[in-house]
Amino acid sequence: MIHSRNLPFVTTLAIFIIAYALCAIQFPAMLSTRVIGNLLVDNAFLGIAAVGMTFVILSGGIDLSIGSVIAFTSVFVAVTVGTLGLHPLTAFALVLVISTAFGSAMGAMIRYLQIPPFVVTLAGMFLARGAAYLISTQSVPISHPFLDTIQGFYFRFPGGGRLTAMSMLMIAVFIIGGIIAARTRFGANVYALGGNPQSAELMGVPVGRTTIGIYATSGFLSGLAGIAYTLYTSSGYSLATVGVELDAIAAVVIGGTLLTGGTGLIAGTFIGILIQGLIQTYIVFDGTLSSWWTKIVIGILLFVFIVLQRGIIWYSNRRIDIARLKGV
Amino acid sequence: MSDPQNILEAKAIAKSFLGNVALDNVDFSLRRGEIHALLGENGAGKSTLIKILTGVYSRDSGTIRLDGEDVSPANVGEAQVLGIGTVYQEVNLLENLTVAENLFLGRQPRRFGLTDRREMRRRSRDLLARYGLDIDVDALLSTYSVAIRQIIAIARAVDLSGKVLVLDEPTASLDAQEVEVLFSVLRKLKADGLGIILITHFLNQVYAVADRVTVLRNGRLVGSRDIDGLPRMELISMMLGRELQHVTRDHQASEGDVPTGEAAIHFNDYGKRGSISPFDLAIRPGEVVGIAGLLGSGRSETAFLLFGIDRADSGTATVDGSEISLTSPEAAIANGFGFCPEERKSDGIIGDFSVAENIALALQARQGWAKPIPSRQRQALAAEFIRSLDIRPADPDRPIKFLSGGNQQKAILARWLATNPRLLILDEPTRGIDIGAHAEILKMIEKLCTEGMSLVVISSELEELTAIAHRVIVLSDRKHIAELSGADVTADNIMHAIAAPNRTEAA
Ligand SMILES: Nc1ncnc2c1ncn2[C@@H]1O[C@H](COP(=O)(O)OP(=O)(O)OP(=O)(O)O)[C@@H](O)[C@H]1O
Ligand SMILES: [Mg+2]
Repeated sequence: MIHSRNLPFVTTLAIFIIAYALCAIQFPAMLSTRVIGNLLVDNAFLGIAAVGMTFVILSGGIDLSIGSVIAFTSVFVAVTVGTLGLHPLTAFALVLVISTAFGSAMGAMIRYLQIPPFVVTLAGMFLARGAAYLISTQSVPISHPFLDTIQGFYFRFPGGGRLTAMSMLMIAVFIIGGIIAARTRFGANVYALGGNPQSAELMGVPVGRTTIGIYATSGFLSGLAGIAYTLYTSSGYSLATVGVELDAIAAVVIGGTLLTGGTGLIAGTFIGILIQGLIQTYIVFDGTLSSWWTKIVIGILLFVFIVLQRGIIWYSNRRIDIARLKGV
Repeated sequence: MSDPQNILEAKAIAKSFLGNVALDNVDFSLRRGEIHALLGENGAGKSTLIKILTGVYSRDSGTIRLDGEDVSPANVGEAQVLGIGTVYQEVNLLENLTVAENLFLGRQPRRFGLTDRREMRRRSRDLLARYGLDIDVDALLSTYSVAIRQIIAIARAVDLSGKVLVLDEPTASLDAQEVEVLFSVLRKLKADGLGIILITHFLNQVYAVADRVTVLRNGRLVGSRDIDGLPRMELISMMLGRELQHVTRDHQASEGDVPTGEAAIHFNDYGKRGSISPFDLAIRPGEVVGIAGLLGSGRSETAFLLFGIDRADSGTATVDGSEISLTSPEAAIANGFGFCPEERKSDGIIGDFSVAENIALALQARQGWAKPIPSRQRQALAAEFIRSLDIRPADPDRPIKFLSGGNQQKAILARWLATNPRLLILDEPTRGIDIGAHAEILKMIEKLCTEGMSLVVISSELEELTAIAHRVIVLSDRKHIAELSGADVTADNIMHAIAAPNRTEAA
């Protein structure tokens, strides 16, 4: 039996499969591994960031700082490696420490000052963007033998598609994120907070530690996404990735996670990313459509999904009432 | 000097919320292997004391010793590590998790560092089996009834408590049989040397299991006494600080004031397959119809049908001779019906709204949101119910979440009374309400009935039914199996009717 809480995920999966099948009928080339490989690379940084966003939304919060943190990271890495001559690994480690600390600080403010996440992370968004401008307002190209090695590393699928380092990183993040959410105490606490913070507290969930952990995770993954983005574009630019947090939220919601928190799966977000990638790919194949159609279709999908989730909640509540009547 | 017999000792505990004193210099001690009842009126400070002992609130002053050691748990998790397991008065569990996840949240069995789901399921089943519960532990908690959730919460707390178990009104949604199961578990735990604190408003239960009682009043300690040789009347006056008039009322309804005249509301052959067999019910103005039966006998289902939460698939409903269709609660409200559900504790409260706003809510909904109730009228309404139901503190502007559990419940009751319905359906109206307020509420209900309101009361407390109902319908196996009226409405007769399910229409 499908658990009613997994129903949104199953629906998303079904929609993705059907949509992909329809696309493939129209453009059989979309089945090629090359297309799939590109779809993964193009969305790797977004996928990594969306995993962090899934944790945040599962806990009933929101993180608006993601896009800015990605931009900050890319500028930071570009400048420290390109201008200051730091080894990329050192730069990566530094920027991950910074972004994680940044996320933790936001989590601490949310918990201890009782400020809504929306407000705290909105401030974080401006702060990180401003910090990126401070470092450089130019687009800073970056090149380093070590980065070339990473960029040149990939597995070749039969059919010519490539699974690049960044795609592998994204997939690894999804797998680890999925395990953390489903199989650790921290993960269970995240769901608990999203379900009902008061009850969670009375059940002994360490609310402060968990909240800080959630935003730290999101900060860390934003940093990681920033690194992936830097590798993807081979540059750092403080004006880049504006609004990426909204794409991440869209992927999370389309993936079946309730915006109110407490219900959803990391795997759902993966499908959400794939659906977005599929739409982009379709537009490329069609050739006549403007790329803005991506936004329009995602907008429509979001509406559909939110309505669908409402419907499912309504339906399962009804079923629960009936089940109760039958004395279960 | 602390007594080595005591597992828990609290001295001179004080707590105030924004200048309002909730606890004033309270001492409390709990021995090993005893069940200690903590009693007091609504708002006396019982839950506050518990929350201080278990790390939810920080105390303003005082000391807590557990097993001879000073402790200061800073949160519930720390209290759990110290061996204190608690069922709080509020909703305790998470509806979005499965039963097993709820039972083991924060202490999931692990293998190789990851949650071992299979082991968790197995242990969950074992744990619940001790309470005679055989349910799917992988189902979401939200699929189960309040009573089952309550048992799950208790099972979790018992499993967590190495030294002290605290139960804040655990029996509020359990029926007599389930209470008995709980008590036998408690007696066993007590024999194992656990210290148990029990908060309840049911004095029968206190006398059934408790060894000692501590009574609080207005945040002060009244005293601690052994239950043996403590007369009930004395206990009650310790709680209220005065004598209670007519605690055990006689059955007044039978003394000739049974409403006569034409029934205005009729349900004919009304039923829903799989939920409740078709029944006939005619309710006169001013009449109180009681509904009795064991849990799962169809009590709440009857209410759901009457209020349009479920749609009937047979029969008709008529009001004043014209047929109405109860397809939704809105339709029922439009016909002047009101319903105060059993789950009001978790669902009914809007915590950040003031007491006055919470009371005015149903009235507002009936008028439509476009026409706001003027605030003067709302204050007057609130003031009236705060007085008549004795809601404390008597401040209509206080956010309701700062009221004690019992006082919140009175406010929800007031919400429905304020709509002045012609038929009011009350599911367990006095659960969690103290014995003084209980009498007030019954008095209020009687007054409303003399003004012509009809009432359907569902209750598992037979004394409550016999005190107010003119007529009692007994349910069993989702059928209306007996109807008692007038002088036949006695606790004994109801018990017999429940126990003899095959009897047909009596009286
Ligand atoms: N969080 C809070 N903020 C402000 N006041 C509070 C808070 N919690 C409780 N109080 C106040 O403290 C007093 C004691 O409340 P408490 O909940 O301890 O009562 P109680 O004895 O448990 O009553 P009941 O039987 O109704 O559950 C009440 O006057 C209540 O309004
Ligand atoms: Mg209380």
